[in-house]
Amino acid sequence: MLSSKTFIEKLHGHGFDFFTGVPCSLLSGLISSLEESSGYLPSVREDAAVGLCAGAFMAGKQPVLLMQNSGLGYSLNAFTSLNLIYGLPVLVIMSWRGCGGNDAPEHIIMGAVNEKLLATAGMDHDVLTRDNVDALLVQAVDQIKNKKLPYTLLVKKGLFDERH
Amino acid sequence: MKGIEVFQELAPLLADEAVVLANGFISRECFQVLDRPGNFYMIGSMGLASSIGLGVALAQPERRTLIFDGDGNVLMAMGTLAMIAACAPKNLIHIVIDNEVYESTGSQRTISNVVPLESVALSCGYRQALRVTQRDALKSAYESLCQAEGPGFLLVKVEPGFDPATGRVTHTPEEIRNRFMNSLKV
Repeated sequence: MLSSKTFIEKLHGHGFDFFTGVPCSLLSGLISSLEESSGYLPSVREDAAVGLCAGAFMAGKQPVLLMQNSGLGYSLNAFTSLNLIYGLPVLVIMSWRGCGGNDAPEHIIMGAVNEKLLATAGMDHDVLTRDNVDALLVQAVDQIKNKKLPYTLLVKKGLFDERH
Repeated sequence: MKGIEVFQELAPLLADEAVVLANGFISRECFQVLDRPGNFYMIGSMGLASSIGLGVALAQPERRTLIFDGDGNVLMAMGTLAMIAACAPKNLIHIVIDNEVYESTGSQRTISNVVPLESVALSCGYRQALRVTQRDALKSAYESLCQAEGPGFLLVKVEPGFDPATGRVTHTPEEIRNRFMNSLKV
């Protein structure tokens, strides 16, 4: 298991300084840690969070967006017709509900296709694990600084401590 | 009053504000009246001018941010009104040009003829929400919002209809981003 607090400290260390999103139980420890440290703005929908991060980036912030994979459906047009055409980066931390087909019914279809959707839209992503966290954060910063595109880290159940 | 008159009236008052413009004729008409680096023309992502503007306002609290939105955009992202009210940036003014139609797609009606958007904004918690229907009242309403603490909301009721000669924004999206970020000193 990866400690939420440690991961948030790593994000801060890499310069990320603006955090918003829509919660998922898998990300509950991360959001609690953010509330206790640098702050977290609750967004009402994932596409609104995409817009919020886009504005914050253009005004000098390095944003992080936390969401469940169900939010990818709501935010896909925001990514394709805003971030991907203007070149507006954001680090997306996306919980992977329905991974492996073993979850509540509402998560099964998106869980089976979220990687394909990201790939089809041309959005780079990787699955975060205990062992690759440092390497992927370096890659995330590179993606943001040089490619100026969104980069998504998928989080499976049990990776982070959950607080609910 | 037509939508373009809002820009004709308010553009001379702009200085170093960050201005976020909703997609469709709002961006196109502002581009025609006053193209400036501090204008962010949103060409896609309908509904998100308000959240983009909120992000800008929160990241640069010392600079005034204006959002020029449309009724269709606001109705699509009504939850963002609640986010703006909850975050309560003092430096944000949200101007909605309400023609009661989706002009860019053939003037299909919205539902803002029966939903008073300025009342929604006020109920959410905007500090002030004004409604203007005449061009000669626009400047003083805008100035009173500038003098007060934000977030402020200005609903401008306009007639539908645009000049078909209105051009499209000719800058590429990347140029729009770079100009905008340079104007914000990022």
